[in-house]
Amino acid sequence: MNPLLAQLTAAETDGWWAGFQAFFVAPENAWAVSLLLVLIVGKTIPGMVSLLVWVERRGAALLQDRLGPNRVGPFGILQSIADLVKFIFKEDVLPGHVNKPIFLLAPALAVIPPLVVLSFIPWGANVAIADVDTGILACFAFSSLHVYSVSLGGWASNSKYPLLGGVRAAAQMISYEIALGLSALSVFVIAGTLRLHDVVMFQTDGLTIAGTTYDALWARILDWNLFKQPLGAIIFLIAGFAETNRHPFDMPEAESELAAGYHTEFSSMKFALFFLGEYAAMIVMSSLFIVMYLGGWTFFGVENLLTDWVAEYGAANPGWINWPLIVEAHLHVGIFLGKLAFLLWFFIWVRWSLPRFRYDQLMSIGWKRLLPASLLWFALTAVGVALVR
Amino acid sequence: MEGLGIQLAFYSFAAVTIGSALLATMAKKIVNSAFALMATFFGVAGIYGVLGSDFMAVTQIVVYVGGILILLCFGMLLTDRVPDEFRVRSPRRYVGASIAATLTFVGLAWAISGTAWARLPHITDGSAEALPTTALIGNALLTDYLLPFEFASIVLLVVLVGAARVARGGTR
Amino acid sequence: MQQDFLTILMFMLFGAAFVVLNMVAIGRLLRSKTKYTAQKSATYECGEPTFGGAFIRFDIRFYVICLVFVIFDVEVLFLFPWAVVLKPLGWLAFIEAFVFVAVLAVGLAYVWRKGDVDWIPLHGHQAPGARLSEMDAVAAPSSAVTAPSSNPAPVTAAADG
Repeated sequence: MNPLLAQLTAAETDGWWAGFQAFFVAPENAWAVSLLLVLIVGKTIPGMVSLLVWVERRGAALLQDRLGPNRVGPFGILQSIADLVKFIFKEDVLPGHVNKPIFLLAPALAVIPPLVVLSFIPWGANVAIADVDTGILACFAFSSLHVYSVSLGGWASNSKYPLLGGVRAAAQMISYEIALGLSALSVFVIAGTLRLHDVVMFQTDGLTIAGTTYDALWARILDWNLFKQPLGAIIFLIAGFAETNRHPFDMPEAESELAAGYHTEFSSMKFALFFLGEYAAMIVMSSLFIVMYLGGWTFFGVENLLTDWVAEYGAANPGWINWPLIVEAHLHVGIFLGKLAFLLWFFIWVRWSLPRFRYDQLMSIGWKRLLPASLLWFALTAVGVALVR
Repeated sequence: MEGLGIQLAFYSFAAVTIGSALLATMAKKIVNSAFALMATFFGVAGIYGVLGSDFMAVTQIVVYVGGILILLCFGMLLTDRVPDEFRVRSPRRYVGASIAATLTFVGLAWAISGTAWARLPHITDGSAEALPTTALIGNALLTDYLLPFEFASIVLLVVLVGAARVARGGTR
Repeated sequence: MQQDFLTILMFMLFGAAFVVLNMVAIGRLLRSKTKYTAQKSATYECGEPTFGGAFIRFDIRFYVICLVFVIFDVEVLFLFPWAVVLKPLGWLAFIEAFVFVAVLAVGLAYVWRKGDVDWIPLHGHQAPGARLSEMDAVAAPSSAVTAPSSNPAPVTAAADG
């Protein structure tokens, strides 16, 4: 049962509105709630991606002292819509040399996993679509499917550039996945839970040093896992860049040597779906980083401003929809989206600031630097937790 | 969740698992086999989910779909020239495979019949919510099943060293 | 909890519907039919005539990397339930996991020592992309035809690995 809905109980006995509420509140209609949430998030993500693409292009222009797309709409903000229209009308070529079923399946595998992972992210205290106990593992499970879209897309194209790009991408993604998992594991060791909601709560319960819990602002700031797990956070971020094939790890589609890498042979909407999947994966990775290291929907007490109002309203109007609760949910999601915007800008910033790694450098960073570092950090964290408990 | 819904989910996952497993063994092209196998793994994960074993469901996907199957795909890329066709189709292989399959089946059947399903209320009467299992598994691994847990690391080490050696050509 | 799994299932179905709608349905209604010509359905190699098939054999080290990955993937998964119970169990759990990780660290040290995670060969390992350099060697004459006075350095570099 969704926690937000658990508090919305129908008071009126007649009228369509009461019936409407009663329908969604009844436990046997939980599927309808799920469907509604799925539709909302599923529709939001493509919108976010198109905005992100515009920001990336304008941001690149800003960093390189040029204009960027500025013709379609104010500041060119409708550029992505124009691109979408173009994608739809573009010729959809299915080259004769490809392995047809897999060629068609690969773009689907690029889009579906990030969408599913977003259902595990707690956007607010009461706003999570599927708040499962094994949250982070489920995220990893579905993110790991991303490898297939890349490697099989390259393989099914039956063409040299895509094949090279696909194999490179697959090897790169699996090389950084272990470091990613180990640095995440350190967070869950100190939090003592795998549930993402509880990991966020763990970062807001005040800093406990030698049995004393501090609740001042400095303690609240230092309570973020970013400060408790500095090295882990850096490793996670680097591995996250590699997992999403972003600069400086965008080997698989290094355009100067491999044309467009694994999606060289894909045209029209098939290419657009790869594009969507890539940016959605970026949103997923940033969201995970926010939940694990940057305190999720919390911002040093701002998230609790409405708690009293919610409680009062709930007490004063028993059996009626608790509207302040919904306002509070918006506040939480707003804080989360603010952090998300910052991290996504960071992704773009890095992309236009750093040169690309060479492939052998990339592999040796993954296996010989990040993996031992994350193992060591993990061991240190475990010792610390066993000592302090 | 209602008993009917859970039964429906179980049977559809079972159908997916068995159907795709058949497809995986019968497929003419090795790549189709690999894809059918992916569906099989998802079906098994779904069954774990239906049975309320959340940790196992997720682990199934991470290890098999996110690990083993990628290894198979890499193997596909390493095969010579025509990765589309199975190279060897000798009856000898069928004999070995059926012996292995029979042994696995007997082992699984033994384990399933020995499980105290009545201890899982969400399965027997379908009313209760399944409990999260991760902490329970962690406790069990570190107390009652410590030896298998440590043994697993030895097995993994042996597999790693052996396979890396074989892949290098077995000389160094 | 099963409710959550149902939601996830719905998400997967939604994703599938989204993909089908975008990839197949909308475009097919709106855009004109593709007329295939030999050039259009040819493999894209930046306008050069294609040479040879795409299914080159890859270096074995990609496979070894993947193998090491699978082993460590399983290891990390074993540690996730352990992470949840470390606080209640304390030192006992710590020592048990320490032994577990130490055994696998030996494995990492082994593949590191043997050069399996190296991309630049150390002790007499097979040159990286040796088979790819064979391809280059085959491809070299054709490039020599188009540019006879070109520097042969790339070929020797590829042979050196």
